[in-house]
Amino acid sequence: MKIKTRSRLIVFLLSALVWFALTSMKNWQEVFVGLLLSLLVSLIAGQFLITTEKTKHLFLRSLAFAKYLFRFIWEMIKANFHVAYIVLHPNLPIKPGIVKVKTKLTKDSARTVLCNSITLTPGTMTVDINPDKNEIYIHWIDIVTKDYHNIDENTATISAKFEKLLKEVFE
Amino acid sequence: MKIIRWVTGLIIVALFMYFNFFIIESNTLIKLINVLLFSILFVLIRVIIGRTAADRLVAVDILGVLTIGILALLGLFYNESFFMDIGLIWALLSFIATLSFAKILEGRSLDD
Amino acid sequence: MINEIIGTVLICAGIAFDFFGVLGLVRLPDVYNRLQAATKCVTFGTAGILLGVLIIQGFNAFGIKCIIGIIFIFLTSPVGAHAISRAAHRAGIKLTRESIVDIYAEDKELKESSTN
Repeated sequence: MKIKTRSRLIVFLLSALVWFALTSMKNWQEVFVGLLLSLLVSLIAGQFLITTEKTKHLFLRSLAFAKYLFRFIWEMIKANFHVAYIVLHPNLPIKPGIVKVKTKLTKDSARTVLCNSITLTPGTMTVDINPDKNEIYIHWIDIVTKDYHNIDENTATISAKFEKLLKEVFE
Repeated sequence: MKIIRWVTGLIIVALFMYFNFFIIESNTLIKLINVLLFSILFVLIRVIIGRTAADRLVAVDILGVLTIGILALLGLFYNESFFMDIGLIWALLSFIATLSFAKILEGRSLDD
Repeated sequence: MINEIIGTVLICAGIAFDFFGVLGLVRLPDVYNRLQAATKCVTFGTAGILLGVLIIQGFNAFGIKCIIGIIFIFLTSPVGAHAISRAAHRAGIKLTRESIVDIYAEDKELKESSTN
């Protein structure tokens, strides 16, 4: 099966699932319209979801994704208490700046998930990505590293914990 | 100066919480919705004083996400599920509006 | 009964984090710091409210719509924050005076001087 056909099939199944979750599915007309609309959506915009060949078994990848999800939720709870501490403190203890980290991930989807998880974890937010040099610019609200021009130290502090997990999921 | 501003804000928030939870007699869910409406007042302050266009853009983006929470609580209060339909559509439109306004702020045109 | 207690606790925690995020939006000094506080706290708080509503309602029509809302917020909110911050930096909005380093601006100047 070609990649485009598989991507369209997955988009069709997902959009049909969302339609059946949102409607009550009482009579056959709703089912018919739902199938028709998902067919239309998958024909128009279906080929953009998956662009590369699959590398590993689906079960292993979902297991790694569950591991990543638990880590992400824990980091996110920590991030929220960190922001609450900064906001409620009378003196606003911040030391902001924009630093640079390196990434080893190559796929677009993996990079998107990495940037989203960097944005939602303690004190960091993605500003821009340089796809040629594999560098991500990150706004950091409270810089803790001594030498902030040192890319390796920043990478080890900010993004290494997610990159290891995401490498198992996507590559 | 910083301490005075902090204490003033603390007094305002404490007064609001006291009136909301101990003076007004109403359903618990309505009181919780009142807290969210109070935070939307802060967002509107940021929209008004602003300083730059990006500040206002951030405030409007946050307003869209807060509205979903209010709509979910209203749906729980009236026990109707169509409020959440409105919330989903609101989230979609606010996301697209944020992206297009960011593009305009960056100085590119929309069909770039 | 136990469902309602857990759901109410989640809703209260979500509203508290929403409020902290909005306080950060008012108190912090420049666009990037405001964006950080607001995006993190408001995303997590609204997801908490929707999760509480889901636990109170169970898996009926309302609950499934709440699940779709949670997934949607988690996917779109960081992307919006990323777009706004990049646009603000390219539009020339400076970081606050307390900030200590801005490697993005340094790299941009370097690139422009090397191409000219």
